[in-house]
Amino acid sequence: MNAPVKIETTLKDWETDQEVRWCPGCGDYAILKAVQRTLPQLGADPSNTCFISGIGCSSRFPYYMETYGFHTIHGRAPAVATGVKLANPDLDIWLVTGDGDGLSIGGNHLMHVLRRNVNMQIMLFNNEIYGLTKGQASPTSREGTKSPSTPLGSYDHPARPAAFALGSGARFVGRGFDVSKNLPDVLKAAHAHQGAAFIEIFQNCIVYNKDVFDDFAAPKGAEDRQLWLENGKPMLFAKDTKGLTLNREKLCLEVVDVAAGEDGSPDWEAADVIVHDVTNRTVAHMLVEMPFGPFPMALGVLYDDPRPTFESAVVEERARASAGKDANLAKLLGKGQTWTVSGTAQDPV
Amino acid sequence: MATQAKAPLTENPEAVVVRFAGDSGDGMQLTGGQFTLSTALAGNDLATFPDFPAEIRAPQGTLFGVSAFQINFGSREINTAGDAPDVLVAMNPAALKTNIAALKPGGLVIADTGAFTKRNLDKAHYSANPLEDDSLAKYDVLAFDISEKTIEAVKPFGLGNKDALRSKNMWTLGLALWMFDRPREPIHDWLKAKFKSKPDIADANIAALDAGHAYGETAELAGPMKQYTIEPVESDPGLYRTITGAEAVSLGLVAGAQLAELPMFFGGYPITPASAILHHLARLKEFGVTTFQAEDEIAAICAAIGASYAGSLGVTSSSGPGIALKGEAMGLAIMTELPLVIVNSQRGGPSTGLPTKTEQSDLYQAVYGRNGDAPMPVVSCSSPGDAFEAAIEACRIAVEYMTPVMLLTDGYIANAAEPWKVPDPANYTPFPAKFLEQKNGTDSAGGETLLPYKRDEKGARPWIKPGTPDLMHRIGGIEKAVDTGHIDYAPDNHQAMTDARRDKVLGVAVPDQEVCLGDTSGKLAVVGWGSTFGPIHQAVRRARAKGVDVSHIHVRYIWPLPGNLGDLLKSFDHVLVPEMNTGQFKTVLRDQFLVDAQPLTKTSGQPFQIAELEEAIGKFFDGIEGNEGGEVPVNDQQLPSPEADG
Repeated sequence: MNAPVKIETTLKDWETDQEVRWCPGCGDYAILKAVQRTLPQLGADPSNTCFISGIGCSSRFPYYMETYGFHTIHGRAPAVATGVKLANPDLDIWLVTGDGDGLSIGGNHLMHVLRRNVNMQIMLFNNEIYGLTKGQASPTSREGTKSPSTPLGSYDHPARPAAFALGSGARFVGRGFDVSKNLPDVLKAAHAHQGAAFIEIFQNCIVYNKDVFDDFAAPKGAEDRQLWLENGKPMLFAKDTKGLTLNREKLCLEVVDVAAGEDGSPDWEAADVIVHDVTNRTVAHMLVEMPFGPFPMALGVLYDDPRPTFESAVVEERARASAGKDANLAKLLGKGQTWTVSGTAQDPV
Repeated sequence: MATQAKAPLTENPEAVVVRFAGDSGDGMQLTGGQFTLSTALAGNDLATFPDFPAEIRAPQGTLFGVSAFQINFGSREINTAGDAPDVLVAMNPAALKTNIAALKPGGLVIADTGAFTKRNLDKAHYSANPLEDDSLAKYDVLAFDISEKTIEAVKPFGLGNKDALRSKNMWTLGLALWMFDRPREPIHDWLKAKFKSKPDIADANIAALDAGHAYGETAELAGPMKQYTIEPVESDPGLYRTITGAEAVSLGLVAGAQLAELPMFFGGYPITPASAILHHLARLKEFGVTTFQAEDEIAAICAAIGASYAGSLGVTSSSGPGIALKGEAMGLAIMTELPLVIVNSQRGGPSTGLPTKTEQSDLYQAVYGRNGDAPMPVVSCSSPGDAFEAAIEACRIAVEYMTPVMLLTDGYIANAAEPWKVPDPANYTPFPAKFLEQKNGTDSAGGETLLPYKRDEKGARPWIKPGTPDLMHRIGGIEKAVDTGHIDYAPDNHQAMTDARRDKVLGVAVPDQEVCLGDTSGKLAVVGWGSTFGPIHQAVRRARAKGVDVSHIHVRYIWPLPGNLGDLLKSFDHVLVPEMNTGQFKTVLRDQFLVDAQPLTKTSGQPFQIAELEEAIGKFFDGIEGNEGGEVPVNDQQLPSPEADG
């Protein structure tokens, strides 16, 4: 696979002439802008970039990106994208899905694209509701969600996208939310990761599930409820007055208070706050399982530990299997035990 | 019946039908396969019919665990695996019970007395040993202890009884090779290659094979065991091999991709009887083939669509239930107008149905089985060798018209083998795929613009690979605007695009229909499609030999139908459509041409017998002198299903 050539572009180069059809105020607008802002910074080439989506509000995304785009069918974008990547491993693929598309009808495909580790960025817009079909409870809706299909409140337990991804074998799990200023950084880290990079993006559906993420996403008090993870940095939040530590007896995470040291900076070592290591899969499992409320919402890059990609294995195998072989169709057709008929006599060959 | 005269084989018959039947674990498919090979090498034409249970290792000795392999071979053209066997090899009581009714009166039964134990007789629901009472009186019976003779033959190799008995099938094969004067050397070579790392096993099997052969020579003097000579068939000069339908489809797809000058991407998911195509192609990576075993049928087709979008020839393959799952994705390929080949190896349905048995009941599914007005070309194959040509045609149509195409084969064609004259790839006209490299339209301001849905003279849109500089565009399953491909729900636009998709498929160039046997007009046309070719052809040949005015028309292009087919059918007084379903093609013909097509249907999971078709033809000619077609008794017990019998 060739190293991508860096291209100079601006945000405008990534906008299409298509009228954006999301509801005014939808969180998708902010995500679209974040992506369009990020791609020029990556030096990405619109001709070599392909957005592939399933069905739902999020899956309209490709129409608004001045790149190659394929709006497929409900839940199947990971399978289509796998075929695209195997046919042309040089393409830079972004997959756009939602909580219904990716975790309900397409859960199987999402699991397999992650475990196979096909190199692409997978953005799952989680708004905890079906938007385009007018507001039914989704697999990530919280228990008790009242919707047209659950008028008395839902009673199934919600799926947790980041935990699903990690459990499926993802080697990159990131998290952000629509209006977060840090979202481009998460997207850049996902793009730098060679392999399937899963990004859960909390997205505000202002019509059917308005402000459902305000507990942690609302600007007011955000520091107390958001833990932005950085590789090699202690897991601190609430203006560095709190952190996460590992209870070594119970093998679980705990929130601890962090006091200021003599120089005024937080003495996190004294509080035994752990340092984020993006390659630590065990801690990543703890972070994705961490309940919001008693704990802050873990955001940023939760896990990033690449391993060889699926398409590189396919390309290598094809090369290995072809090495030294004569791809001659005429010979192939006449393979095996044959005999020649000449006139009327039969001569086994 | 007991009074019926025996009709034993003549010394030099034109054709012979042999059926090997035994327990699933007895290796009957292997025996049949190797007998087929030596028969092909002896220069006979042949057709085979493997018939095996869906269970991988059914309990030993049971009726439902019987596996059979039938071969029809001769010194004249052979198109079917034969109606009734002349020789039945029964390796145990269950095999005898489930197959004896099919044997011709006077036919030869070869049975292994060593397997006719009380226990095995009970399992086959025999109250008495049929080899010892007179229940087989109308047949010649040759019963001896094959088990014991095999153990004796392999004794020098120090195998235990259980292992030794595994060579029983080779002993039997040796006897069959002697009976029909076939060479042993190819089987020796094959055994040596197969057991390369276990020379003891190879030697034991060779010893068993030779012992069976020697037994034939010795036993000749005593009783019904005779050696027969079947002269080689006269064939076109050239190089030949045996081929199964699954192999031929795989090779045809490789050839099709080469003629299109494209890499091939094959997405598949394991399903009987389609998996063999995935297995064959997985070993052909040096031909630019990528095989992908997907997580399910839907992912298999979706990945193939993705690969086609990115510039490969996407192919997927399955059987009825899997094809049903792929339906929505076929609609996506139709809407996005991408080339795709979908192979359907039909089996008995509905639902899981009869996984290992054959049927032609997915024709409606192929032609009509999608939501919306979703037209798709459908091509069928009529024999294992024909599957090669049909697969190339499917690739051609897909690439030239930017459309998914369904290739219909079936369980019978997939597993059956026939001699195949190896074609020269140079004799096929290439149809290289073209990719759009630059903008193809003009906008209102006179500037260059990209029109992803601008159609060519065939109605096909351009193929635009992602990665091509400056041709960025979006496609998807939502209705597209004419030319620009933008989302467009406008009433006039949907009408125009629906019409364009229909016209494109109806406009696919397919060759005019020819009459494969008989005349272009007359009293009766027997119209077939798919794997019914063999029995129809033989029945029509026999009827014509008696002077009956009947012709055989066999249709490869199911959708669109050949342009001349309607007029051709109307030039016959009667049209008879035999199919292994409840009359699906008959309905299509009636709908398209308003002809009074009469159905002849069969859904037993078994191919038609020639006699069944002769009888049906005969009914159109009652009172015509010399016609005996209507008098041929139909043997309903032909290849009965073990389940039904048990």
